[in-house]
This record gives sequence, structure tokens and C-alpha cells, in this order.
Amino acid sequence: MGLYSTSSSALLIAFILYLVATFFFGGAIRQDKKERHQKTKAGTIGLVITIIGFISQIVYFITRWIYTGHAPVSNLFEFTTFLGMSMILAFIIIYSYYKTAFLGVFALPLATIIIAYASMFSTDAAPLVASLQSYWLPIHVSTVALGQGILFISFVAGLMYLIRQIDQTKLTLRNTMLELVIYGIFLFIGFIAVTTIFNAVSYQATFEVERNGQQIMAEYHLPPIAEPQDSTLLSENVMTPWFAAPDWMHGDEAGRKLNTVIWSFFAGTIIYGITMLISRKRIGKRLQPLLQGVKPDMLDEIMYRSVAIGFPVFTLGGLIFAAIWAQIAWGRFWGWDPKEVWALITWFFYAAFLHLRLSRGWHGEKSGWLAVVGFAIIMFNLIVVNLVLASLHSYA
Amino acid sequence: MNKIKCECGHINPEGTVLCEACGKPVEGNQHIDGNDDKKLLNMRYDGSARRSQTYQKSIVDKIWSFFSSVKVGVWLIVLALIASIFGTIFPQEQFIPQDAVSRDPAIFYEDRYGILGLMYYQLGFHHMYSSFWFITLLALIGISLVICSLDRFVPLYRALRNQRAKKHKKFLSRQRLYSESTNIHDNDIDKLVASLKNSRYKITEENGYILAEKGRFSRWGPYVNHIGLIIILLAGILRTTPIMFSEEYMWVREGEQRVIPGTNNQYYIENQEFILETHDQEDERFQGGSLEEEIATNFQTDVIIYEAENPDVVGAEPELEPILEYSIQMNNPAKFDKYTLYQQGYQLNEFKNMSFYIHDADDEAGESLGTFTIDLTNPESVYETDSGFRVELTNYYPDYVMTEEGTPVSETDFPRNPAFVVTVYPPDSDEGEVSFLGIGMNIDATGENQYKVAIDDVEFRDVSGITVSSDRTLPFFFVGAMIFMIGVIQGMYWQHRRVWINKQKDNSLLVAAHTNKNWHGIKRDIEKAVEGTNVTMVKDQQELDE
Ligand code: HEM
Repeated sequence: MGLYSTSSSALLIAFILYLVATFFFGGAIRQDKKERHQKTKAGTIGLVITIIGFISQIVYFITRWIYTGHAPVSNLFEFTTFLGMSMILAFIIIYSYYKTAFLGVFALPLATIIIAYASMFSTDAAPLVASLQSYWLPIHVSTVALGQGILFISFVAGLMYLIRQIDQTKLTLRNTMLELVIYGIFLFIGFIAVTTIFNAVSYQATFEVERNGQQIMAEYHLPPIAEPQDSTLLSENVMTPWFAAPDWMHGDEAGRKLNTVIWSFFAGTIIYGITMLISRKRIGKRLQPLLQGVKPDMLDEIMYRSVAIGFPVFTLGGLIFAAIWAQIAWGRFWGWDPKEVWALITWFFYAAFLHLRLSRGWHGEKSGWLAVVGFAIIMFNLIVVNLVLASLHSYA
Repeated sequence: MNKIKCECGHINPEGTVLCEACGKPVEGNQHIDGNDDKKLLNMRYDGSARRSQTYQKSIVDKIWSFFSSVKVGVWLIVLALIASIFGTIFPQEQFIPQDAVSRDPAIFYEDRYGILGLMYYQLGFHHMYSSFWFITLLALIGISLVICSLDRFVPLYRALRNQRAKKHKKFLSRQRLYSESTNIHDNDIDKLVASLKNSRYKITEENGYILAEKGRFSRWGPYVNHIGLIIILLAGILRTTPIMFSEEYMWVREGEQRVIPGTNNQYYIENQEFILETHDQEDERFQGGSLEEEIATNFQTDVIIYEAENPDVVGAEPELEPILEYSIQMNNPAKFDKYTLYQQGYQLNEFKNMSFYIHDADDEAGESLGTFTIDLTNPESVYETDSGFRVELTNYYPDYVMTEEGTPVSETDFPRNPAFVVTVYPPDSDEGEVSFLGIGMNIDATGENQYKVAIDDVEFRDVSGITVSSDRTLPFFFVGAMIFMIGVIQGMYWQHRRVWINKQKDNSLLVAAHTNKNWHGIKRDIEKAVEGTNVTMVKDQQELDE
């Protein structure tokens, strides 16, 4: 077996193990209702499986590194996979301290979604462009990812807190907002589902697009609902596009990206709808009883603790190491590039979070919302800034 | 000042909420920390007297209170955050793409983003981060940092220095973690203390009253990190001065030797070669379907840096001493003296020189009657061939384009598409013939020329774009960032934990505990300590409502 396929298999194994571990953690919360904060057998098994999965993911990482000759954190697939890996690591660390199986039930599937999401982007190995050829690449990226992974745990704990504490007896603004957050997670699942399905059947539609007097090709791997502007469809027997991407969207890829977003909403909404039909309740309401066994205090503390631990790590990787590298590469340690600005925004946000907690007593629910918003900012930086806002750091 | 004397004998400054020594709530001051109708005491600054909370009369007091308020601090941070977001909606001025209709912001934003773009430009959001009010916002954050830190650091320091092991019962019972036990044997207390000692608590004992404390230094974390931030902001101000920071951009051609701008003629650079490498298309590892374009894997300029021996002697040809031979690459700048050179841009295949030959217009074979070579960066005005032709360079367009009106102009000064108007004087003649020459064109202005000029050969070379920067503020930023990191780690990874073990006169034992964060941790410490004793485990009096 070649290194490349070893690497891919190792990642797949890790992925499956994380899902298996989730069930054990699920078993742990059912097993004994009184001693929920103690170690339980199922919880320990879950942890062991998670660690094995993590080791398998390290195997993926190392073999891919050897294969490509550079740290595999240089494109969207590689970085996002690595982010998923640091989320798992952060979970292992926090779990060993607090021992709440509940955390695993939520953290593992969410981290797994991130890894699945990563695999939707091109997994081909590519050589490293000149600007990334520096040992600061792995140093900077791994620290940022670790910081974000720890902050992810605060999001998970915050989300669990909200699900547990928000009144679900009647429809209110708060539980509607919560449901929206959950719906947002379903959009990721929708994206993963459609991409996987149409990749499996090798769906392809090709457009010829006119840009500044030149003809370029645009490849779609999802049926075109929105076509690129000023384009002609070349492929036969594919869906006829419904409309063209509006002209305020720029870039050669605008049409394809818009199309992907539409499909994600479409599929995500259907999957969400089906889940609703089966559960016959808002998802938040359905999940609420599951969390009765965990003390809200504990969730609040995990949420705060992980911000307290993650904030310095993020600062070090996302601002300080980033600045040192930018200084070496471009001669300017700070350039107000959108990606940099969004790292700063994330930093400002968590700084505000910490101060609010200190002096205004924003504990519990308010903190929970802040943890959710903070992580939304991180995801925004990963997805929207990379794929939409033009940036030096653009991967795509 | 109206000092407050507590019943324990300690004299507290005006505005104290909890006695620095015994912790007894000072009557009449409880509203300051909002303790009035709360079961638990607010322990944020140990109830010490802060200037901002005590004096609020004069204008100075008001300004002081304003800037020391965390609420104001958070607002400032949130405003900076929102402004930052707005700055990323459309690209900032410096990121207007090369292929834009115009790089003039007045045109670009409206052209590309319509009415919203126009508003963005008119509101000045296109240079958000250098705008007056964004910088003011950062300055206000700086002021706020200084004042809030001073306001709290001094009193907190006092309170922690003056604290006693013996605490008032009102103080103990209103801590978040608290328990009362009766009939406790001294052995149990010893066990408790020994176990806490084991967990690295420092034990202070005063007449049987015990305080176990650890991680106090972490309380100074926020002040340390704020100092780091202040240093960073100051470094930002320093950077606006030319002595501390300067930056120049230069183009150097292959083979060219030139003075380095911004170095007062002290240093010269010679570009020996520019190298652009792309990845090996045959490399099997990278044969995935999605990789179509070439990926540039190396930009490199091989340079020699010279130091001029006599830079100040006007008019004298400088004597150059080579001091550094270096391959500047991306991520690998050259450094000498206080300057750093970065590989920033390049221009491939700029024309270096062109040689021409003259032939008879009627001669199909085009036999050469004489040749000459034009150096495109240093053209001469007249060339003479060995055979006696004289060629006058009447006009030179390094980067030729034809305007809409039909006049030839040069777009830039770089020889990217050279074109010439030459006048050819045959041997021993004063009658010149005018020709217009360029890449792929040879126009005879009159149509009656006897001689034709044709391109014989062209030589190319690459041009390297290099940034020269001299930044003496870097150490300040670095030190500020390190101090910030030390401060946050100090404050976040350690916690200040205190356990008070006070045996009362009636022989009951009161145990109370406080930490500034991580209550789970301190509970575990106490749980371990009371194990195997009769001491009641402390109860968390503030669990969030179920
Ligand atoms: C972006 C700027 C700032 C950053 C990154 C920052 C960072 C921090 C951090 C990390 C802490 C420790 C929090 C904790 O222990 O949970 C802290 C505490 C604090 N900060 Fe800031 N800060 C900033 C600006 C400000 C400003 C403008 C004020 C002014 C009001 C302020 C006032 C405070 C106070 C009063 C504390 C608590 C000190 C204590 O616990 O004794 N901070 N800051």
C-alpha cells in the first residue's frame, strides 16, 4: 500500500472510530443516572476508542506529511481536517479533567462533521507555493488550530447549556434562536450529503464562461441550479440551470459557489425536516431531556474554562506567530488582510467575553450565547473568509 | 481621607467594602460591590477601596471612573470589533485588485459594488484601519487599560498583603464554598491542613486560625497582560516616526548595480540573477486531477550588497566593498546593518537590448550593410555602424501603445514593449530616412526609404522587485507580545485559591473557600482534604439554578 492510500485509510478509520466512540459515551450517560460525573466503564471505553481514533489520525497526518514533503496544513482539506483533529485533542484533554460523558455525545459528532466537511474539498496532494515554504507554516497553523479546537469545546458546552436550560414549553425567541443554531449545523450535514452523493455518481456539468474577452471553463460537480454569469452550458443531459449568478458576485468561481450554497440549504433543510418529522418536536426540545443528568454549573464551568485555556493559545498562534511569519515572508507583521482582521475580531470577541464574565457576571445562559457566537466567528473565518472574501490566505 | 477602623483593629482606606484584614463587611459601603441584598459577597477585588468607586465628584474623578469601568472597556472593544468587521465587507484600498477598471478608489468602489460601494468609499471605510476614528478608538482602549489597571492593582495589592488568617464569621459564611462542622478534633484539622499542604497550598497560621492559599501570583496576570498591550500600542505610535520605521520599494534588473533607496547612498545592490521555479509537472505525487496550473515554488534573487566607502563625497565615484552575497527568497530575506530586503515582486523577460541591421530595401535576401545595438535602459542618441551609417534615435517608447487618437506613447518607463523612431543617415549623406520600429512592425513613414532597419537579435532579462525596510520597532512589539502572553498564561492557567479554616470559640469549625476561577478545581482539593476526617465538605452556595 502506498503512503498516500495508507494516509487516506487512516483518516477514514479515525472518522469511523469517532462515531463509534460517540455511542459509547451515549451509553455512559444511560448507564448510571446518579454518578454521572464519575468515571464509568462505557465512558472509559469511549475515551479509549477516541484516543485510538486520534492516533489513527496522527498516522494520517504523518504519512501525508512524508508523502507530500510538507506539513499537511496547506489547503482547505488539510487545514480543516487538522482542525477536526485538534478539536478531538481538546476534547480528550477536557474530558480527562471533567469526566462528563455528555460532552462526548455532543463534541465527537460535531468534530466528525468538521472532518467530513473537510473531505468535501479536493484531497489531492499539491506542491507548496513559495509563500508557504517556511517552518512557520506548521508552527502557526497547528497553534491556531489547537486554540480553535479548545474554543470549540466551549461552543459545545455552551450549546449543551442552552439546550438544557432554555425553556422549551412554548415557542419563544430564545428557543427559536437555539433552533436556528441547530439548523445551521444541519446545513453542514446537507452540504456533506449532496457533495458525497453527486461525487459518488461523478456528476459533472461544464460551462464555458466569458471573462474579460477570454473563454474559460467552469466545472460543476452538483447539478447547476445557478449558472455562472455569461456562460453557455456545454455538457449534455444535465439539469438546465434556473438562473444565473447575479453580477455583483465576482470571481470566476462565484457561480459554482453560489450553486453549492443553494444545494446545501436545500439538502440541509430536507434533512432537518425529516429529523423534525421523526422526532415530532423541535430538535432542541427533543435533546433537552437527554441533558437532564448533567449539572448546568458543570457545563458553565467547562465553557468558561475552555475559553480561558483556548484564548492564550489562539492569541499565540493566530496573532503572534502569524505576525512573526508575516514579518519574515512579506516584511510586514500586520497587513489588515481580511483573514488577519477576522483573527483580530475573534480575539476581540473572546476578550470581551472574558471581561463580561468577570465584571458583569455574564454567567450561564448569556455566556452560552457568547460561546456559540464566538465559534460562529471562527467558522466564518474558516468558510466565508476563505471562500468568499478575497484574501492572501485564500485556499480556493 | 476618612479612614475606616474595623472592629478587628485594622485601619482601612475610605471606600473599603470588606475589611482588608478580617473581611468583615463595612457597613454603609455594601452597595459599592452590590452586596446589599445578596447572600454571597462579591470577591472580585477582595472588597478593596478603588478610587473609581470612592470619589466621583470632580471632573478628574468622573474621567477616572469612566475609563476604569470595565463596561466602558468592553464597549470600546466591541466598537473596535464592529469597525473591523465593516472594514472587511469590501477590499481595503490597498487590496484593490490589479485587474480592476481603475485602482483609484473614487472610481473602483462604485464601479464594482454600485451604490453600496460608493457609500463605502464616501464613509471612508476603504481605509478603515488608518482612519482617524479607528486610531482614536485604539488610543481610548489604551487609556482605559492604563487607568483601569491602576485603579484596581494598588488596592488589590494592599488587600492581599493585609489579609489575615482570621476572618469574620460574616465574611466566611457569605463565601460561595462554605461549611460548618461541630466537634472536630484537632487531629482532623491537622490532617486537613497536611493534605492542603500536599496540594501545594501555602499555610498561614495565626493563633489557630488557618489560611491555606495558592497561586496568588496569578492575580497579577491581567495587569501584566495589560502592560504588554500598552507596550504594543506605544510601539504602534513609535512606528509612525521615520527614525523608527522606513520602507522603500525598488526594481533591480539582472546585471544591474544600483544604490539602495533609503540608505543615504551607503549601500548598493547588484542583482546577479532572478530565479523563478515552478513545480515539477512530472512529479508523480502531484498527479491528482485538480492540479492544472503550474505552482510557483520559488522566487529568488541572487544579490551582492556593497557598502560605499565614501558615500558623502559629492560627485566622487563611490568605492564599493562587497559585504554580503545572498539569495533572497520568499520567507528568507537578506539582512545587513539595520536593513532587511524582501523578495516582493518580479517582472520576467524585460527587454535588455536589441540589435538591428541595415539592409537595402530592395534586397530580398536582406544582406547586412551594418549593425548597431540599443541598450534599452540606457539608449544613446546616435549610433554609428562600422560601415559608416549614422542612426539617430529620434524617439524611444519603452512600453509602447497607440492611443485612441493615433499617437504613440509609452505606458510605463519599463522596456516591456519597446518601439523607436530612427533616422538613418547613409554614409556621407545628410539626408536622413525616418523609420518606425517595434516588435513585429517596421513602418516606413514616407514609403520612399532606400534602406530598411531590421531586428537582428533581442536579449532579455528579469527584473526583481525588492522591499527595503528598516524597522526598529520590532523588538518593542515582540517584548509587548511576550509580556502579554506571560500575563494571560499567568492569569488563566493558574488560579488564586484560598481556603479559610477558622475554629470558633464555640468549638465549631468554619471552612470557607474562594477562587477567582475554576471552582471545580478547588472543590476537588477540598474534597481530597476532608476525606477521612469529620469535617463537613463545603457546600456550593451558588449553584446555577436547575
Ligand atoms: C483588547 C484589549 C484587552 C485585552 C485583550 C484584555 C485582556 C484581559 C484578560 C485576558 C484579562 C483576564 C481575564 C480573566 O482573568 O478571565 C483581563 C482582565 C481585566 N481587564 Fe482586560 N483586556 C483588554 C482591554 C481592557 C480594557 C480596555 C479594560 C478597561 C476597562 C480592561 C479591564 C480589565 C479588568 C478590570 C480586568 C480584571 C482584572 C482582575 O481580575 O483583577 N481590559 N483583560
